Amino acid sequence: MRHTISVLVENKFGVLSRISGLFSGRGYNIESLSVGETIDPNVSVMTIVTTGDDWIVEQITKQLNKLIDVIKVVDMTELDHVEREMVLIKVAPRQEDKAEVLRLAEIFRGRVVDSSPKTYTIEITGDEKKIAAIVELLRPMGIKEFVRTGKIAIAREGIKKP
Amino acid sequence: MKISGSEILLESLKREGVRHMFGYPGGVVLNIFDLLHDEKEIQLILTRHEQGAVHAADGYARATGRAGVALVTSGPGATNTVTGIATAAMDSIPLVVISGQVPTMLIGNDAFQEADIVGITRPCTKYNFLVKDVNDLARTIKEAFHIANTGRPGPVLIDLPKDVTTSKAEFHWPETVKIRSYNPTYEGNKYMITQAAHMIAKAKKPLIIAGGGVISSGAAKELTELAEITQVPVTMTMMGLGGFPGTHKLSLGMLGMHGTYYANRAVQDADLLIAIGMRFDDRVTGKIDAFAPHAKIIHIDIDPTSIRKNVRVDIPIVGDVNRVLTVMNKVIREEVKEPWEEVRKAWAKQIAVWKKERPMTYDREADIIKPQYVVEKIFELTKGDAIIATEVGQNQMWAAQFYQYDKPRTWLSSGGLGTMGYGFPAAIGAQLAFPNKLVIDIAGDGSIQMNIQELATAVINKLPVKVAILNNRFLGMVRQWQELFYQERYSHTKLDESVPDFVKIAEAYNAVGLRATKKSEVVPVLKEAFSIKRPVFMDFIIDWQEKVYPMVPAGAAIDNMLFAEEKKKPEKKLRAVK
Repeated sequence: MRHTISVLVENKFGVLSRISGLFSGRGYNIESLSVGETIDPNVSVMTIVTTGDDWIVEQITKQLNKLIDVIKVVDMTELDHVEREMVLIKVAPRQEDKAEVLRLAEIFRGRVVDSSPKTYTIEITGDEKKIAAIVELLRPMGIKEFVRTGKIAIAREGIKKP
Repeated sequence: MKISGSEILLESLKREGVRHMFGYPGGVVLNIFDLLHDEKEIQLILTRHEQGAVHAADGYARATGRAGVALVTSGPGATNTVTGIATAAMDSIPLVVISGQVPTMLIGNDAFQEADIVGITRPCTKYNFLVKDVNDLARTIKEAFHIANTGRPGPVLIDLPKDVTTSKAEFHWPETVKIRSYNPTYEGNKYMITQAAHMIAKAKKPLIIAGGGVISSGAAKELTELAEITQVPVTMTMMGLGGFPGTHKLSLGMLGMHGTYYANRAVQDADLLIAIGMRFDDRVTGKIDAFAPHAKIIHIDIDPTSIRKNVRVDIPIVGDVNRVLTVMNKVIREEVKEPWEEVRKAWAKQIAVWKKERPMTYDREADIIKPQYVVEKIFELTKGDAIIATEVGQNQMWAAQFYQYDKPRTWLSSGGLGTMGYGFPAAIGAQLAFPNKLVIDIAGDGSIQMNIQELATAVINKLPVKVAILNNRFLGMVRQWQELFYQERYSHTKLDESVPDFVKIAEAYNAVGLRATKKSEVVPVLKEAFSIKRPVFMDFIIDWQEKVYPMVPAGAAIDNMLFAEEKKKPEKKLRAVK
């Protein structure tokens, strides 16, 4: 099963290689990994998407926790959470498809961030399903380049009923 | 007053209580070595290879329980420590290895004797540091010792660029250390411990498996107490030897690939395993699906990753073995009173039957020197009051099987990594810590040659280590596998006439060399060696065909054991006797 794991780490030299080394050294998969500073500049958060059965994911979270620079590990998959990913898609449509590309971008609440006589670059943000859907729709129009940030995730706060 | 990084380093080591370290000089650590020239409180033992330095620090740590320290130069000096560091990491041994590094401004430039040792050792250290600012040095050393010694212990490396050793800073020694992301769990969950105590009481056929965690947490006494109160028999992993008295009537000796028949049978028949400070290594479990099929498992370990890594666990208890057992013993004494002797009678009887069925034995009538005979005689003559180091291979297994370890920290052997060449430098480290103890390295003719240069270290520092070489002129353990599983095709294991004359080697280094070629010479040689206050190499020319039994073939269930042939096969032509 696929898991999205959020790892709070000390924002220090070499931490990324400790994490990636753990995954490669123990033969765990990384589907995507994104890193960025948190509001506290001494702390970074890594969002790692990995796959494995329950035993493996349990080991992954324990092994991550064991790393000295890891402050906290949360398996988002176990929580109610929001996931987002951003993609930049450079499309080179035929003349007759241009309008359709722009319409699709609008339907998916994307933005055209660059255009040239032959291409549009579209920015789309969303969860996995949304991104998969736009990719499938744009593919026949001719995707020239495709870049994604990797997934980030945040837990939802519970709402107390009055 | 500002002092140099080198001075900060030595002052910090003193504050950590370091009196001995092992090392080898080189370009970028010259400033530190220059200070050591006049240093009175810290003695540096010059080894003849950096690998030897780290193994010696490791032997020192295993024998004393305090972190061992090694100091080496950059580049090749640092890369030579890798095997030693990985050895310590696999066996959870606290080490602080200080490697010199090229000046910070040259890092990444492929400078002379530059190696990215922080990158290289990242997967085989518990943690490592590159110190870029002299102001961070004292705190880094404090943190390094803290990380090495606490939780599940392990090796820590500090990479120290040359300019940091010359730059000056005020010396501020932090009395305490707090790392927010590092908080090992020491106290076991009380509810789980209570559950475990009741499970032990209910079990008909319980068995304790004691591992290295018993020794590193100093829980030998608590373990003996638990076993004695509840009358549960105890088997040990190789790392656990000495954690429970080998001569105790509840001891079943070692389990696993070369474990005793009765220990392995007990595991397979048990209805409850109490795994204490061990990690279910493949050499212990054999075929995992067939391991302990009837048993519930209580697993106590300080490292959560050890739990549910290889086997299913019914009651996991994360915590320091010593503290968990202390609580468990209390719960058992107060809440779970049973007529223990009575409850355990049938199980004890069954184990006695197994012990009688296949005791640990070998051909005691043989004229030729059997390696097990040598090990047994070492035990008899020392009465178990010695520190035994081993190399890796047959010598190690015979040393594990035929010497009874009654006390913790008297058995120094590379378990997880299985490092040939470990034992001799480790024995030197232990001898430095205990100058008046008898320290013996049980070696093979193959592995002793992997760090034989350290004989110079032993001689010049008057460390009277004894090395018992079980010389079969083969890389014996590999040869054993070739004999059993590769149709006796002895590919690259026959050392034969290439084996040097160890007596002459000893003499060339100004040590003592003794040899026994006949069984009757074994005891006189041992007695003579033990009476000499200098390093001694003892060359025992043993039966080259002798194998380590019982043996569980790799990948088989642990009760699927091979035993020595009952009848003696006609002697083969190839003989390695001199």
